[in-house]
Amino acid sequence: MSDILKNQPLTIALVGNPNTGKSTLFNALTGLKQKVGNYPGVTVERKTGSVEIDGTRHKIIDLPGTYSLNHKKVDERIAYQTLIGEYEYEETPDLAVLVLDSTNLDRNMYLATQVMDLEIPMIVLLNMSDLAEERGIEVDTNTIQKRLGVPVLPIVAKDKGDIQNVRQAIADHDLEAPKPLSWKPQQPLAEAITLITDEWLHPHTDLPDRAHPIEALRLISNNQVSDDFKNHPRREVAEEIIAKAQSQLEDAGENPTAVEVMARYKFIEQCTSNGNGNHRQEESETLSDKIDAVVTHKFLGPVILVAILLLMFQAIFSWAEPFMNLIDLFFVQAGNTVAETLPPGILNDLLVEGIIAGLGGVVIFLPQIMFLFFFISILEGTGYMARAAFVMDGFMTRIGLHGRSVVPLMSGFACAVPGIMAARTIESWSDRLITIMVLPFMACSARLPVYALMISAFVPNENAFGFISMQGLTFFGLYIFGIVMAILAAWVMKMFFTDGESTPFMMELPSYKMPKWSAVFYNMFERGWIFVKEAGKIIMAISIVLWFLASYPKVEVPDSITNSTTTTEASFNAQESASSYKLKHSYAGQIGQFIEPVIKPLGFDWKIGIGLITSFAAREVMVGTLNTIYSVGESGGNTTTLKQKLINDKDPDTGEAVFSTLSAISLMVFFALAMQCMSTLAIVRRETNSWKWPAIMFIYMTALAYICSLVVYQGGQALGW
Amino acid sequence: MSILLSEQKQNGKKTIADVTGPKAARLLEMGLLPGTTVEVIRSAPLGFPIEIKVRGYLLTLRKEEAECIEIE
Repeated sequence: MSDILKNQPLTIALVGNPNTGKSTLFNALTGLKQKVGNYPGVTVERKTGSVEIDGTRHKIIDLPGTYSLNHKKVDERIAYQTLIGEYEYEETPDLAVLVLDSTNLDRNMYLATQVMDLEIPMIVLLNMSDLAEERGIEVDTNTIQKRLGVPVLPIVAKDKGDIQNVRQAIADHDLEAPKPLSWKPQQPLAEAITLITDEWLHPHTDLPDRAHPIEALRLISNNQVSDDFKNHPRREVAEEIIAKAQSQLEDAGENPTAVEVMARYKFIEQCTSNGNGNHRQEESETLSDKIDAVVTHKFLGPVILVAILLLMFQAIFSWAEPFMNLIDLFFVQAGNTVAETLPPGILNDLLVEGIIAGLGGVVIFLPQIMFLFFFISILEGTGYMARAAFVMDGFMTRIGLHGRSVVPLMSGFACAVPGIMAARTIESWSDRLITIMVLPFMACSARLPVYALMISAFVPNENAFGFISMQGLTFFGLYIFGIVMAILAAWVMKMFFTDGESTPFMMELPSYKMPKWSAVFYNMFERGWIFVKEAGKIIMAISIVLWFLASYPKVEVPDSITNSTTTTEASFNAQESASSYKLKHSYAGQIGQFIEPVIKPLGFDWKIGIGLITSFAAREVMVGTLNTIYSVGESGGNTTTLKQKLINDKDPDTGEAVFSTLSAISLMVFFALAMQCMSTLAIVRRETNSWKWPAIMFIYMTALAYICSLVVYQGGQALGW
Repeated sequence: MSILLSEQKQNGKKTIADVTGPKAARLLEMGLLPGTTVEVIRSAPLGFPIEIKVRGYLLTLRKEEAECIEIE
């Protein structure tokens, strides 16, 4: 490299198939200096970082892992457009570093030949060279380097010495290197490329010249070209030229869909097989094969998967609990300290009940998110996740979902927030979206306090058929109800969103590996941080609004409620009554009363109405709100439980009980279905990168909840229950 | 006489005769070309997807994908 270019900061793109150890290399090169976000307008994650070599800081873009640059899928399009310098949200890379899996060179080289066509300076890394050697796969680096005409380096991405070699190769790289050798299209394909380039790409598009051959090849092999030019003014011209090129090929006895791919693989086989045509193919059964024989077994496979899911479920449900309690305690303490230190007033209230409580409401999710991603990182890192998807796909496609939907959906039983974050392991966008949209129907742990209260108060503690507890049965029924609704919703949505030509399932089962612990912990903290940073601010903002609604306007509590007492217990009750009075007259209270006519047909009164507003912060807040409202008008010594108060509550006009078993069931049905959780909406916003999907989710789930509760309550009354 | 890969039981290596249909382009890119050797390793519970070995790696295919592949 010339001295002038020596210290110039470069933009380097990491390119490679999924499962090639590209992320490991990215982490090793950048250390902790990386940024994660979304590409604008799409849901593909963008990772960038930097590496310092010989005093110069270079930027590294970790492009999405893809098998091809044929840009049928959005991640392929981003990788392709970035490499040709046509992606408006990304810098044009000066150098491409290709990461190939040495144990699977043929298919990995396919992408390499496509990148070479783009005439971008490149370095080829043959990763997992240790594994290839172990399996007796012969990789002749010299032959490959000679044939490709670019630097080729066998590496193990985990090895520090090898990383040093990669850094050196980047530093030494000649940006003015001659074009890579690569494959050359033969006749009649070359002629077809020239035809499309000269008659279409050159005169009618703005593509840079170096992208012309690959674009021409894509048009030739694509049998649904018209999708590309839907809005192009010269659409007919393009279609005519492409059809002409395709028919030229057909006349010459070639299949336009296959001719390019076959030519590339022919070249690849010359590189990888030392020209003797018959390379490697390890025949002996590897350890991976032996594990697979058990883990993907027709009967054992599902059993093992269920056992693993139960363990994960246990972890996010109960191991996370002590941490959540600690977080809770910490924020309550912090709130108390601030409340006592600052003079009382609006600022004090805002800080304690708005901001500190809101922050606590964000941080409380971290234990569950981090435990879940600890397990997911291990499952992904070992290669088991793909097996789980393989085992479950047959069942899941029957209900409109994907094999990979199982883990996110199971997580949803603990909490929808980590579950929705876990949905990113589903590659296909439509499958991921449907999984996200139905996931909140899973009965999450925040619903339990509401279910428990209503069931203990209104479902008789009797046995059905002599041995099944009615209360237990109701609980179980609510879980099943959630699952059934999720399945129905998935099935309906499948009819609306498909990717057109559905993305193929085709999934690689990578060899089993030991998980890399630093990567597991890194991923765990990264997901936690993304949640705090991106969903946290939305949750904070809504918390403050909800706090405001429940605390303002400030009203004077009448003396009749506050001054009644001599004993301390009674004074405590008087305080409780005062907060009930304040809540009833707050904006939230007013809204609750205002919406009463709307929720009356479901069997709810204004008190429930207030609860529906406040529980948008989190479903379990319903119980606390009812507690506050029902603490009104208690005289000293009379400390009935909330359960008793609900049972005893009478309508002041008619004298009838406000709650019946039927209205309690109606309320539980509503809670099972309604989108009563701002944190879920915030994380859906993050994961879908738009407000559209959380809005749709809120509307359809709440509408469904309303209709089902209406049917339950009105139907029940008509039947005379 | 060729049959579809979707109808193939696990019995040894076969050679691909042709790859056609709507999923052909992607299958070809994954290295499943006419003349390539494939082996069906196993099928998932409920019959599909199937797991195949091709060019030394393992790939899973749903029924509609396996139906695009004719073997000799």
